[in-house]
Amino acid sequence: MSETFTKAMARNIFYGGAVFFFLLFLGLTFDTMQTLPKRDHRENITDSVVRGKHIWETRDCIGCHTLLGEGAYFAPELGNVYTRRGGPFIKAWIAAQPTGAPGRRQMPQFNLTDQELDDMVAFLKWTSEVNTNKWPPNIEG
Amino acid sequence: MQFQSQAVAKPYFIAAIGLFVGQILFGLIMGYQYVVGDFLFPAIPFNVARMVHTNLLIVWLLFGFMGAAYYMIPEETETELFSPKLALLMFWIFLVAGALTIVGYLMVPYATLASMTGNDILPTMGREFLEQPLITKVGIVIVALAFLFNISMTVLKGRKTSISLVMLLGLWGLAVFFLFSFYNPSNLVLDKYFWWWTVHLWVEGVWELILGAMLAFVLIKVTGVDREVIEKWLYIIIAMTLITGIIGTGHHYFWIGTPEYWQWFGSVFSALEPIPFFMMTVFAFNMVNRRRREHPNKAATLWALGTGVMAFLGAGVWGFLHTLAPVNFFTHGTQVTAAHGHMAFYGAYVMVNLAMISYAMPMLRGRTANSGPAQTMEMWSFWLMTVSIVFITLFLTAAGILQVWLQRMGSTPLGFMAAQDQIMIFYWLREITGFVFLLGLVLYIWSFFCKKGEAQTAA
Repeated sequence: MSETFTKAMARNIFYGGAVFFFLLFLGLTFDTMQTLPKRDHRENITDSVVRGKHIWETRDCIGCHTLLGEGAYFAPELGNVYTRRGGPFIKAWIAAQPTGAPGRRQMPQFNLTDQELDDMVAFLKWTSEVNTNKWPPNIEG
Repeated sequence: MQFQSQAVAKPYFIAAIGLFVGQILFGLIMGYQYVVGDFLFPAIPFNVARMVHTNLLIVWLLFGFMGAAYYMIPEETETELFSPKLALLMFWIFLVAGALTIVGYLMVPYATLASMTGNDILPTMGREFLEQPLITKVGIVIVALAFLFNISMTVLKGRKTSISLVMLLGLWGLAVFFLFSFYNPSNLVLDKYFWWWTVHLWVEGVWELILGAMLAFVLIKVTGVDREVIEKWLYIIIAMTLITGIIGTGHHYFWIGTPEYWQWFGSVFSALEPIPFFMMTVFAFNMVNRRRREHPNKAATLWALGTGVMAFLGAGVWGFLHTLAPVNFFTHGTQVTAAHGHMAFYGAYVMVNLAMISYAMPMLRGRTANSGPAQTMEMWSFWLMTVSIVFITLFLTAAGILQVWLQRMGSTPLGFMAAQDQIMIFYWLREITGFVFLLGLVLYIWSFFCKKGEAQTAA
């Protein structure tokens, strides 16, 4: 780099750039927070949805599945599983694990109660209704 | 070694390499579960293996960063470390807490672990990469604060170089953004939004400051190029990192419930994120070409050059591949992401740590550089690990593209598992290549014990 471009100038670009773009990021975040209620339908977050999210977390579902595309890629996307399979199928599926089919990927048995299964479905139903800009591309997730 | 207190870096580096081995072994288990689904089930389900794999990675990189700081900062500030005793105490606390957490993952069902460790009081667990129990998270904060206190006090009483300030800024940023891991609202969209403030602002933000400072330090040492030149490069690289990377967070806000405008902000800014990595490559080669001395540690120079190239390929090119919103619409949450993740983490953070260890470890063992045969062995390990990560990335990319094609395009898309069955060959190839990586890692460790030849002791 040329001698006229000094270290002090480089340092100033760093500090100025970092501060400016972090403030811009905060501004965009503020705007996003204003817009989100219309997109996440938080009025539909019932106690059951809250409990369902807790079950989702404490069984580390994200360690195999994706949810809205984030997580592990070992098992199907679940952000739209409610639309793809429906509530009764989800409950029956979780209750029936593991399949024990030799050589196939296995999901653990979590021994969830019927209430807990309902909570799980409520959480997945709420998730499927979030406005995700039409993602995933199709029903297969 | 110019200062006695730099010696505390040694246990940090040893622990880092030990945990690295564990990370790779669990990676191999997961890779095998991809092809033989019920391998080790139910003893170690995939999600448990994955937690161990990713958490070990994070923890060993943190050990590497801390070791690097304890080695660099006394030399940069030209003063002894504020408290070597505190550094050693924190080493043991972090190591024991980390080991207990991994044992917890493996021995206790995750839900039981959660209720045993206070997750009902403040639920923070069960989110990708932040699976640690609450007490572990609190432990990380305590260790980080003690570490930062130690390093900051050292900088305050010594010479303040740009490298030490950038390192310090990166490490403080690391601690500050980790605090978002304690925020877990029951609204999933908010949860995801701020989860990225830890995850993205770490790896595509403040960690790059740490990376830049470590690379600049090693380059000064091995090339002897004037500090003013290197520090100017450092500032301009990290300026570009934050100018592109902060708003670049937007590439995670395409499909999680956040507004459409993030598709523009995220695409444009993250498309620029390769620039600082490209500059890093140019920087590393430029400095080595303009070197003013022939440092006997050729292996460290190789790792430093490799960091630039592989970080650019893995984080820059493979990141760009799927960062534009119209592309990401199809690739989001597929093996394409996994491909990028593997090469980016290896190329940026694994390699910079190994570059630092390669440079510092001989010094810590009382020599300027390892013997010729030991260095040759280390360079073999460099090529084995680097070439195998390139192939792992290529196989996962092929798997990802096919997955998108089969599952997300066309008029008769396949279901998830049906598509997985179709791309099995690439998972087999990835797993086989994983063993080559392990061979490279074994050779790397072996090089530390190579008795052949004379180590170079002249400064």
